[in-house]
Amino acid sequence: MFGFCTDPDTLSGLSWMACYLTTGKHMAIYWSVGTVLLLLAITAPAALAFGFAGASAARSRILPLSWLGRGYIAIVRGVPDIAFFLFFVIALDQFFEWIRHKAKCPDWDQPIRQGNDFVVCAEAKLPLGNAAQWVHETYGFFLAVLTFAIVFGAFAANVLFGAMRAVPRAQMETAEAYGMSPRQCYWRILVPQMWVYALPGLSNLWMVLIKATPLLFLLGVEDIVYWARELGGAKTARFTDYPHGDWRMWYFLALLVFYLMFTRVSEIVLDRIMKRLTHGQATSGGEAQRKAA
Amino acid sequence: MSCLQTIADYGLRSIGIGERLLPREDFTLCQQFTLIGSGMIWNVYFGLIALLTGFFLATAVALGKASSNPLARKPSEWFIFVFRGSPLFIQFFFAYFAFLSLKSVSPVFDPLTSAWLGAAIVLFLNTAAYSGEIFYGALLSIPKGDTEAADAYGFSGMTKFRKITWPTMLRLAWPAYTNEAIFLFHATTLVYFSGFPAWRQKGDALYYANYFADKTFNPFVPYPILAGYFILVTLVIISVFGLVNRRLNRHLPQEVRGRLKMRMNLIR
Amino acid sequence: MKKLLIGTAALAMLAGAAFAESHSVVRLGTEGAYPPYNYIDDDGEVAGFERELGDELCKRAELTCEWVTNEWDSIIPNLVSGNYDAIIAGMSITDERDEVIDFTQNYTQPDPSAFLAMEGMDLDMEGGIFAAQAGTIQASYIAEMGATLVEFATPDETIAAVRNGEADAVLADKAYLAPIAEESADLAFVGEDILIGGGIGLGLRESDGELREKFDAAIQSMKDDGSLNALIEKWELGATF
Repeated sequence: MFGFCTDPDTLSGLSWMACYLTTGKHMAIYWSVGTVLLLLAITAPAALAFGFAGASAARSRILPLSWLGRGYIAIVRGVPDIAFFLFFVIALDQFFEWIRHKAKCPDWDQPIRQGNDFVVCAEAKLPLGNAAQWVHETYGFFLAVLTFAIVFGAFAANVLFGAMRAVPRAQMETAEAYGMSPRQCYWRILVPQMWVYALPGLSNLWMVLIKATPLLFLLGVEDIVYWARELGGAKTARFTDYPHGDWRMWYFLALLVFYLMFTRVSEIVLDRIMKRLTHGQATSGGEAQRKAA
Repeated sequence: MSCLQTIADYGLRSIGIGERLLPREDFTLCQQFTLIGSGMIWNVYFGLIALLTGFFLATAVALGKASSNPLARKPSEWFIFVFRGSPLFIQFFFAYFAFLSLKSVSPVFDPLTSAWLGAAIVLFLNTAAYSGEIFYGALLSIPKGDTEAADAYGFSGMTKFRKITWPTMLRLAWPAYTNEAIFLFHATTLVYFSGFPAWRQKGDALYYANYFADKTFNPFVPYPILAGYFILVTLVIISVFGLVNRRLNRHLPQEVRGRLKMRMNLIR
Repeated sequence: MKKLLIGTAALAMLAGAAFAESHSVVRLGTEGAYPPYNYIDDDGEVAGFERELGDELCKRAELTCEWVTNEWDSIIPNLVSGNYDAIIAGMSITDERDEVIDFTQNYTQPDPSAFLAMEGMDLDMEGGIFAAQAGTIQASYIAEMGATLVEFATPDETIAAVRNGEADAVLADKAYLAPIAEESADLAFVGEDILIGGGIGLGLRESDGELREKFDAAIQSMKDDGSLNALIEKWELGATF
């Protein structure tokens, strides 16, 4: 990075540190902070969408759909996320490739499962075998987002399901009395009002989601924890220009600070949103705001 | 070897009773079910210990955070913030590190570095922080009328807390606390996965699931078995907590009981 | 006759084309945490003995290769699932693994495992406490030996465990322990080396015979002209061929 870094053996103190902290490997950890933030930014709305679909299905009047929604919530919530992550990504990947295989190679005569191997035709591979590395990484990232969204979608569904039932019955009855169809009641009355009941649960879920990111390395995404482990481990002089002892302690301390700060900022932002949402609502919080104004 | 024999040999393997060596061939479904189930003993142990002990600290922390005295409030706030704001596995890492250095001070601290005590302490602190926050929230939403009525009846100090404040707080917090219990049991899988070393191949359910996935190179059998066991545990938690919830709410009219359940949305 | 020849040639070309299509880029999966075999260097690139070996093999087999890193735990499931085409990650050829995947011929001699302990430590093979990375052949070796086994998630932690007294010694591949023993005055090898596992080979899908043949031939040619031995000596991996 810096000009004086060409011969690290001669460096000491601050300049050594400056060079050490700007090696290509350290750049990777800084990048991975971005990766984690990006993943959170994409996963949160995706999980919310899964949750919304799950909750809507669970309260549906069509029985099979309702069972599907309830089953999804119950099963995924019942399983520790680690157990899920350890096999789900491979399963998801094989599922996608199998579908593409069916669509693209209808006249393929060999079995897909050959012993332990999972073999699909070359055109069905995801991503294609000759795709560039960044395509593979993006695809891996996408799979991770999808897995996270499915897992946390179940929790979000549980929250939203509760919130939909918490909307005062009188509100719905009034809507019906005004002659709204069930669909109108749902979209115009229930959905806009449920958010204020859902927000405490959803913000807790967001906190849990932040703290689940260390599990990303199980999904094949190289996240901050992966790099902290890799960089912090003791290094011998034969394999690096910057040998050091077991520094995992310091790297993990940095992670700790990162997570605490992130949590704090989230808390402040979510508090603000809660204040906005309570505005004009038929709850005690909304009542208090109205009186104060 | 029949399945009953396998259960006899490996059913208590995780606590060191039975065959000394783990199976090295066949890896039948029966073996996988038995050993992973045997590992569940540890998950249930960690979960129960942390839940039972954490409950009391959580009550104390919640009262501390709601207190007007800064000497009680500030430490409680920080305790909750640090343990809720950081991933559990980082807490495991630092705890293991701290316990190791304590160990070099005096042999009294020796058991701390083994999972049965060390990990239980971390989980205890962790769940105390999460439940503390839940209880604190419940404490704030106790209807004003309840405490005023208690005052009017001449309750004061400890009696008021024991008879009025505490039961009401529990009642309000219970749905969220159920969720916390579920999460806690799930979190116990992290103990051997990234926190503490496994001695003599005695580990929890995830440890054995991992062992089988490693030996058979097929993740699609052991992990779903593990998942099945956890769904069972979750169902048990939900029904036990449901019973307690019924008892906590037994004085309320039927209709209101139903409405309280809707507060299930306060998850961790 | 001529027609027939053309026919076979065309068939061979066709097969070649199909191969080229599915393997226009060969993806090599490695762990990146096991020096000197493979590790991530200061620039964040895969480096080590296997990096140089793999690049040379691909050159000789005229393949375009790309490096990917993957967690050790799921390295075989991801291969059979088709996320990369070969494992080149210091993987010993064992019967268990051979049932699931195919191996090329070995490109290192069987690597001995060694015990590393604090300087001046006497090893008690029966009653001692031994650290090993979870899920390695060394871990099952200690369990069978009858001694107390402590398993850690990463090799780093096993070394740390010996330093802080949690374990009496660590059992791991000698090539991994050697640089550590060399650099730390307080740690030393004790006892005799033990041979577990065969040599190291490239792991491939069982359905991927053609790629295996290509790599096999390339390894053979490197063995024949001595360039493999030169690499083994450069990275101090022990016995040459």
